[in-house]
Amino acid sequence: MTTTVSMGEAVPEVAPTAKRSSIAALLPSLSPKLIVGLSIGAAIVLWAIIGPFVVGDPNAISTLAFAPPGTHGHILGTSQTGQDVWSQIAWGTRGSLIIGFAVGVMATVLSALFGVLGAYIGGAVDEGFALFTNIVLVIPGLPLVIVIGNYVPQSQRGLFLVAVVLAITSWAGSARVLRAVTLSIRNRDYVAASRVSGERTWRILIVEILPNLIPVMASQFVFAIIFAILGEAGLSFLGLGASGTFTLGTILFQANQALALTQGAWWWFIPPGLMIALFGCALSLINFSIDEIINPKLRSSTRSQRKKWGLTPAQIRQLEQENLK
Amino acid sequence: MRFYLQKIGFYVVAIWAAITINFVIPRLMPGNPVDVIISKMGAAGQTVTPQTRHAIEVALGGGGGTWWQQYGDYIVNLLHGDLGTSLVDYPEKVSTVIGQALPWTIALVGLATVISFIIGVGLGMFAGWRRGSWLDNLIPVTTMFQAVPYFWLALILVLLLSRVVQWFPYAGGYDVATTAPGFSLQFIGSAVHYGFLPALTIVLSSIGGWMLGMRNMMVATLSEDYIVTAEAKGLRPSRVRMTYAARNAVLPSLSGFAISLGFVVAGSIVTEQVFSYPGVGQLLFAAVSNNDYALMQGVFLVISLSVLAANLVVDVLYGLIDPRTRAR
Repeated sequence: MTTTVSMGEAVPEVAPTAKRSSIAALLPSLSPKLIVGLSIGAAIVLWAIIGPFVVGDPNAISTLAFAPPGTHGHILGTSQTGQDVWSQIAWGTRGSLIIGFAVGVMATVLSALFGVLGAYIGGAVDEGFALFTNIVLVIPGLPLVIVIGNYVPQSQRGLFLVAVVLAITSWAGSARVLRAVTLSIRNRDYVAASRVSGERTWRILIVEILPNLIPVMASQFVFAIIFAILGEAGLSFLGLGASGTFTLGTILFQANQALALTQGAWWWFIPPGLMIALFGCALSLINFSIDEIINPKLRSSTRSQRKKWGLTPAQIRQLEQENLK
Repeated sequence: MRFYLQKIGFYVVAIWAAITINFVIPRLMPGNPVDVIISKMGAAGQTVTPQTRHAIEVALGGGGGTWWQQYGDYIVNLLHGDLGTSLVDYPEKVSTVIGQALPWTIALVGLATVISFIIGVGLGMFAGWRRGSWLDNLIPVTTMFQAVPYFWLALILVLLLSRVVQWFPYAGGYDVATTAPGFSLQFIGSAVHYGFLPALTIVLSSIGGWMLGMRNMMVATLSEDYIVTAEAKGLRPSRVRMTYAARNAVLPSLSGFAISLGFVVAGSIVTEQVFSYPGVGQLLFAAVSNNDYALMQGVFLVISLSVLAANLVVDVLYGLIDPRTRAR
């Protein structure tokens, strides 16, 4: 993992300098984890944008059933009805990412609304919002999504509806965290000072409080995307996904329906899952870096850090022994 | 006392909300469940009279009257433990059908969750204790398992462990041919054999979260002053690790454990589907694919209530373990 970046390049980024501007201080430092995460993530997003223009029609059927990868010009082989798996992946990645980002945005907005606003206003509004959040939190999401998905007829089950349902069931956890953070920030002296100096409520909220929440919300946004992509894949796998849209879950559903497993057609169901796993992994790596901003105690890799300070292995070992713990 | 009263008040409201959602969803959604059932009965060659239609409407809690009357009937039926009649297993009661599936899910997912929690928290403790060690570097790998769709992981495990090497059976809860459910050694052995792959899937996909959470809390706790004091007193490192650091660091994981215990009944719907495991998830799917609305509502209600019950138990216990949560 660390091989993608040479140690020398990372040094100036990792060592905190007084010269970093306030905006740069909000950005994650360029650790190997972040670089790997960002490059994999960017590659997949780019592929989701460009891919569908490059590949053929994912629904075009042919008589070539279960052709193994690399034969007959199919990079990843064909499905039971002779569809090109490679084109399916390209379209599926696009569909999954659209759902992921849509849900990520909606869930973040909802959690900010219920978490931040309620906590800032306080009083009965806060109590009401908190109660509502806690109730949504304990209502099981996936079963609810499945039940709702089934009530809506196939023809009306569009991409947007699936995204809305996933968003409704996924914002509550983040809202609870945001509320706790906002409550602690709200009572700090500098917020009281700005209130006394006559700043308007929306200004206090946006200029004084929100910047402190950005790292937390960024991490929640990333997590919401992973959750949504996984949730949508599960839903599609059960045959309850959005109609008329191709997602990675749809491919898995079709593969499972056509008994790809018993047919030994691994090229049909391994790549879509791998794609989700890879993207989720990239997002987790980005999340690790964001976590380290929120909680500086987590800035890990003490050993590699010390190596970057230019210490010899013997000195590092001595340091570790002194640091008993 | 105020603490517990508040908690009880919350649970009363939450239970009411779960029941109401269950009541409202079929009425808000496009498409009429009654029509679906009637067309299905017609297709099956049964005669459909207006009385049949009315009977189905009543069974679904939608028989005539205003919303409020329907709502009242629905709640009265619930209080009598009457969830309606299942279509999948006609004419079994929904409560009976769910009662048969529940033990399977609780045993499988419950055990898998407990195992995953114990291993994950244990490993997380050591990873946080020795930061930068090989175990600590393993954490990104285990969190990768979390980003994997767990039903896909299940498919891969089936491919490897029951197709390539035929160690474990592919589908079902026990060997139907040779054993019958009961408290015999043979049956339990068979159930364990059949449950191993689904359990492995759940453990693999959830262990990373426990590890990461515990590791991060451990790191945060280790920088507290009382840890320095403990070290300065010359206590053995193992004592500092267990009774000073880990004991405090595990608290957030415990409340996370509560939430995931609540989702035991709900959490493995897709996994059960892959393994054709005779649990609640499989039941919900059967209800969904057969438009069995009574069963669907029943399963959803049972899932919601079990989540609430698990949360209640842990809320009360958590107040005992960590007195700070009681003070406001």
